[in-house]
Amino acid sequence: MTEQTHFVEIRHAQKSFGTLEVLKDISLNVERGQIVGIIGSSGSGKSTLLRAINDLDPLTGGEIWLDGVQVNKTLPHRQYEKHINELRQHVGMVFQHFNLFPHMTARENVTMAPKMLKGLSQADADRLAEEQLDKVGMLERIDYYPSQLSGGQKQRVAIARALAMKPKLMLFDEATSALDPELVEEVNLVMKKLAEEHMTMIIVTHEMDFAASVCDRVLFMDKGVVVEEGPPSVLFKNPTQNRTREFLRKHIEGAS
Amino acid sequence: MDIDLMLKVYPFFLEAAWVTILLSVLTAILGLICGTLGAAARLSRFAVLRFLGAAYVSVFRGTPALIQLFILYFGGPQIGIQLDAFEAGVIGLGINAGAYMTETIRGAIIAIDKGQREAARTLGLSGWQATYRVILPQAARLMVRPLGVNLNMLIKATALVAAIAVVELTYTAQRYIGSTYKPFEMFLLAGVLYMIIIYVVGRGVAWLDRKVQIT
Ligand SMILES: Nc1ncnc2c1ncn2[C@@H]1O[C@H](COP(=O)(O)OP(=O)(O)OP(=O)(O)O)[C@@H](O)[C@H]1O
Ligand SMILES: [Mg+2]
Repeated sequence: MTEQTHFVEIRHAQKSFGTLEVLKDISLNVERGQIVGIIGSSGSGKSTLLRAINDLDPLTGGEIWLDGVQVNKTLPHRQYEKHINELRQHVGMVFQHFNLFPHMTARENVTMAPKMLKGLSQADADRLAEEQLDKVGMLERIDYYPSQLSGGQKQRVAIARALAMKPKLMLFDEATSALDPELVEEVNLVMKKLAEEHMTMIIVTHEMDFAASVCDRVLFMDKGVVVEEGPPSVLFKNPTQNRTREFLRKHIEGAS
Repeated sequence: MDIDLMLKVYPFFLEAAWVTILLSVLTAILGLICGTLGAAARLSRFAVLRFLGAAYVSVFRGTPALIQLFILYFGGPQIGIQLDAFEAGVIGLGINAGAYMTETIRGAIIAIDKGQREAARTLGLSGWQATYRVILPQAARLMVRPLGVNLNMLIKATALVAAIAVVELTYTAQRYIGSTYKPFEMFLLAGVLYMIIIYVVGRGVAWLDRKVQIT
């Protein structure tokens, strides 16, 4: 077994759904505090790769390491569940469709897991909810239900919910894709704030401008492989691969 | 129409209506227990349990409830199951209702967006924690109305136990027809009492449904 030198280390990740091979031998390292963007056309495997990191879509081949611990190690079912539940507490995830719990207020959404898993008292939980919701600018809506919030507000609560577990890694799967254009910015601002705090983040996005402005490194995926990766200044301005150029031409022109 | 006769026998029908209500309540409780277990089995990660759950549903929804009652009550003693008519009625109808409720409960659970479980699991909740804290509270709200439909059908199905001589509403009506030769009046009286029971239960279900909705 080789020494773990990277914060997140993906080695030869392979994933098939039945006969469909969605990830083909992907290797990727992310350092602590780094922000990595993943772009690529629909169906290229971006979500699958992201979801493999916290084992929502377990790999069918290869290894994922997080902070010195192998995510997808072989264990008997019960032990594996325990290992994964423990590990997921350190990995926040934000979904395209928010997935807020509709039967809980913003406060309850944020405090449910910390209370349940870390045994926080109600007072500590309330303090935590206030702190996290304040951070995403949602403090004044703390006792609102998700149905009473706009899409952008929901997503900010969802980010607060993830942050309340004090994760060391945040995964974003198209956090703004389901939002009306005028609501995108408020969510992007929250993510930028996290970037300034040096949160380690892996961000799947369709927004090239946003990726260029916050990411240290951007990966372009196509058909289950990483075609090209590099700092945004290089990848967006001088891509070396034809497939990248073609994708960027469509997406950057399409956006402007 | 012999109104005087109806008024005269009415107290006996009322008494029988209480038997119907008791039968319905006990059947509903047993049905809910069977339905919960059935749904849990159908949603289990173990194939054997899934198979047993599916078999339970297809057997009990795939045969007439009356035949199930007859097998239990008349056939039971042959295989060592001795039940009085009331017990056989509750157990037979309860297991039958449970098959329908299995599908209702399962339907409500699988109707919850899978993103809900994913979000809960992502935070570190175990499968069971996600189920009881996130999935079930939402599914329970979805279940109220369809379980109300199951309850409505179950109350009407209690009429079947007249066939094994449980003295409930339908049986009572039949008995008074024997002595009065007035089937129209007797069945009408029974029908009205059923309707009242079902109306009250229906309002209760509607009230509960409103009460549990999220703002
Ligand atoms: N649970 C699943 N079962 C079967 N196939 C799946 C499953 N999840 C994803 N796929 C398939 O895997 C491929 C990659 O999907 P993935 O969601 O990772 O793409 P993506 O790059 O995130 O696309 P998008 O930009 O549309 O979100 C697609 O062809 C998809 O249909
Ligand atoms: Mg995706």
